[in-house]
Amino acid sequence: MATLTEQLAGLRNTRVWRSVFRGGSGESNLHRSLAVQQNVFLHLASVKVRRRALDFGVTWYLGTLSLGCFLILVVTGILLMLYYHPSVPQAYADMKDLQFVVSAGLFLRNLHRWSAHAMVLLVFAHMFKVFYRGAYRPPREFNWVVGTILLMLTLFLSYTGYLLPWDQLAFWAITVGSNILSAVPVMGAKIRFLILGGHTVNANALLRFYVLHCVILPLIAVLFLAIHFWRIRKDGGLHIGDTSSEVKSVE
Amino acid sequence: MDSDSRRTPVRIAFVTRRTSPQVQAHYDTNVMTWPEAILRVAIAVEVLLIALVLLSLFWDAPLEGLADPMQTPNPAKAPWYFLGLQELLHYFPPVVGGVLIPTLVVLALVVIPYFGINIEARGFWIGNREKKMRALALAVAILVAFLAWFEVYAVLVPTLLIASIMFLAAFETPKAGAFRQWLHAKPLPFWIMSWFLVAAITLTVIGTFFRGAGWAWVWPWGSV
Repeated sequence: MATLTEQLAGLRNTRVWRSVFRGGSGESNLHRSLAVQQNVFLHLASVKVRRRALDFGVTWYLGTLSLGCFLILVVTGILLMLYYHPSVPQAYADMKDLQFVVSAGLFLRNLHRWSAHAMVLLVFAHMFKVFYRGAYRPPREFNWVVGTILLMLTLFLSYTGYLLPWDQLAFWAITVGSNILSAVPVMGAKIRFLILGGHTVNANALLRFYVLHCVILPLIAVLFLAIHFWRIRKDGGLHIGDTSSEVKSVE
Repeated sequence: MDSDSRRTPVRIAFVTRRTSPQVQAHYDTNVMTWPEAILRVAIAVEVLLIALVLLSLFWDAPLEGLADPMQTPNPAKAPWYFLGLQELLHYFPPVVGGVLIPTLVVLALVVIPYFGINIEARGFWIGNREKKMRALALAVAILVAFLAWFEVYAVLVPTLLIASIMFLAAFETPKAGAFRQWLHAKPLPFWIMSWFLVAAITLTVIGTFFRGAGWAWVWPWGSV
């Protein structure tokens, strides 16, 4: 009777497995490299990393945790979409249904909301940590710019989601926020009209925020996340702070 | 132009002694991304998920009454991460607090890495101290006068706090503690970012916990 490990190794050597994942079983560093390099998602990362970059103190894993929040938000968000109608006043009734009718509906909404708050907090923390350890300096300057774009996207995602429950909290928070837009010189009122689909926060605004929140902004975020991760590899891996003790001049 | 990739481009590099572009090399231990990094990432995300699930089990998301355009709550507050901005709007006209300052902040964030000055993170106080003290005193005085004119005490206090720590860090004596010496070696961008961080946190905390009806000052624990 073969052990579980042997059975798994056998499975990974089958023709079907290899046709899907390209690499076969094996414990060599070549196989480990292929596991990253031959995977469409993992190949954004490098095959090797500096061991010190994995220490908790270097990054506090804040970027990783921001990504974790994003993944949780995608999964819970898709499930919430199954129970939600972006119309007035049905949107609010759906909140009540999530609370009292849908199994674990309230838990789903809680998880989505707290993950969203956590993501805003973690992305800010990630930015300050990157700044204070000097990881924005050349050659990583463009990845810092991509990061600021992702920060803006995070705020917009959270802000557009804030309206969707269509309760008093949502309605007035968006009213307060969108009123600031009116202060933009010359075209403030026009921008506000474009975003809200009207002069006040109404059913059109709810639909626009829904489309922005569930389709447009997540797609843009995924695009920039891919660039952000890919640039870590292209810019020479994670910055690990002062390396003067380990740097030697070579000719 | 020949487009046969085997023949063109022809590159010839002459590497003479001591002119190699490679001047620094890292001698760090490398480990394989799979499994070393990916397992750590998976564990971090799992710990996060457990924490958020526990939070969601015991703490419900807020839900108020149906949206009613006829009934304005007092105060009407934006989400917490915009409350610093809303607090600024209390002091400045909308075009300054709501448009100019946020735009400048975002622009400043974007251009940070493109300022080639001080790439070696040279300590602010290292060098001509007298001249720098005069420049800093002038800059702080102008900023404080501006903030006092608009009565923006929520930014004035953090400004004075960071400025005092900066002046404290200026004098590094051999007897000064490790923390003082650490501060002494900090570059100017460190001070500016710390000022921004402390001011942003102060504004957000005030907007979240210390503002009530009509955006008047309240204590989070109720009236005294």
